Amino acid sequence: MMRLPWFNYRSPKSVAEAARILAAEGRDAMLIAGGTDLLPNMKRRQQTPATLVSLRQVGGLKDVVNGRGLTLGAGLTLSEVVNTPALKDSCGYRALHQAAAQVASPHLRNMGTLGGNLCLDTRCLYYNQNEDWRRAIDFCMKCNGETCWVATSSKRCMAVSSTDTAPALISLGAKVRLVSAAGDRELELNDLYQNDGTEYLTRQPDEILTAVSLPDLSGWKSTYWKLRRRGSFDFPILGVAAAVRAAPDGTVLDARIVLGAVSSRPLMTEAGGLLLGGKLTDEAIAAAGKKATSAAKPLDNTDLDLYWRKDVVSSFVGYALREIRGDDMSATRLRIMRQL
Amino acid sequence: MSVVTDKEVQRRVHMTLQVNGEEIEVSFAPYKTLLEVLREDLGLTGTKHGCELGECGACAVLIDGEPLLSCLTLAVECEGRAIETIEGLAQGTQLHPLQEAFADLGGAQCGYCTPGAVMTAKALLDKEPSPTSQQIKEAMSGNLCRCTGYQQIVESVEKAATCCRSAERGAA
Repeated sequence: MMRLPWFNYRSPKSVAEAARILAAEGRDAMLIAGGTDLLPNMKRRQQTPATLVSLRQVGGLKDVVNGRGLTLGAGLTLSEVVNTPALKDSCGYRALHQAAAQVASPHLRNMGTLGGNLCLDTRCLYYNQNEDWRRAIDFCMKCNGETCWVATSSKRCMAVSSTDTAPALISLGAKVRLVSAAGDRELELNDLYQNDGTEYLTRQPDEILTAVSLPDLSGWKSTYWKLRRRGSFDFPILGVAAAVRAAPDGTVLDARIVLGAVSSRPLMTEAGGLLLGGKLTDEAIAAAGKKATSAAKPLDNTDLDLYWRKDVVSSFVGYALREIRGDDMSATRLRIMRQL
Repeated sequence: MSVVTDKEVQRRVHMTLQVNGEEIEVSFAPYKTLLEVLREDLGLTGTKHGCELGECGACAVLIDGEPLLSCLTLAVECEGRAIETIEGLAQGTQLHPLQEAFADLGGAQCGYCTPGAVMTAKALLDKEPSPTSQQIKEAMSGNLCRCTGYQQIVESVEKAATCCRSAERGAA
């Protein structure tokens, strides 16, 4: 039986109060929202904060503001995100709806939050193990050790970014608001991440991610495709988010293709640039798939075969772009989602 | 039996939890999950202790009507929230239609996943009295079962939905 370690529990009522507690406690404190990522890590002693600052009673974190663009409170559960009418009914925001709907399992989506999924700890077969298992290999670079066991000569930790919503939101041009006792800042979601499995966020320990804002995406179409072994529970071993704005004749005016789970951060590829000025022909889609594949750097630290996971990037980019083009991809989607 | 240290006694939290419609005062160490408090402090051992990491659904209970995992819910965060467990489902000796259907149709075999599965199904039927089999599969996709192959679970939920609907018609 795995018990949680001791911690001090704080339950502030406002963002300002939570920020003051974080500023006073320093790196020994961590925020807890849904707890679905942090509590398993604490049970396995991967993370052992002295103080947990709960966001459950903090007001305003579930606000949805639908005006020019859309702002979502970071405390919305993933189920609440899925059920947000402005997401369900929009072609532009569809990638976020699809990504949130495919996170983990229904129970975990009822608990886990949007902000939590964006800050999700990176994952690795050498890290997501209990303490005895990790001690047996003398731990790893991400926690208590010195070696990255998946790439032993690596100077940095290679744990994998496993969030579904981040690739989707980056493809949609999202920004996030970070609040600390010293002030607020807004930054592009793409800039929240860096390619290091340990220091994967540019968020400071005293900052609270309070909201995600999306631009007005009328005229855009977006989609998210997820690869995992089972149709439920599993983290992505590949995520492809694509967002395209096209002229009425089909000429691509803007395109972003973002990969998840093939790096220590969500990966904005250059494949979108290849599509600009042309139409989504089979040839253009194949070229974009090839470009995206060259950017993907999966390692042997998640489920399924490493080389196969790289090979299928091109297929998944193809599924996404063909769906945006208007092809009927529903049967393929059901097969990929393991729902047939 | 766990050993209770002085430090643990001093730092215990005291609160009132609302479980199956009853207000219960309880004191426990703040690191305890709702699952641990239900089983160890309240003696409600119907909720099962599976993977402890959110990967199986055996510990599912309803909190304010939503199926959640009690192994990943801090008990200190449950004050003022309505908790429903498998123990609250039967009315005296009268089983809930879901319990009857799971027993009749082989939805429960070894039974370990059953409390979590039944509570998850109850949340579905409370919201959607006539679910399609696809809706049932989706709602139950967070409850692993190693015995049934799932088909009997889906059939059990379908049968219970029919029973609940005819009972309501009868009552009306």
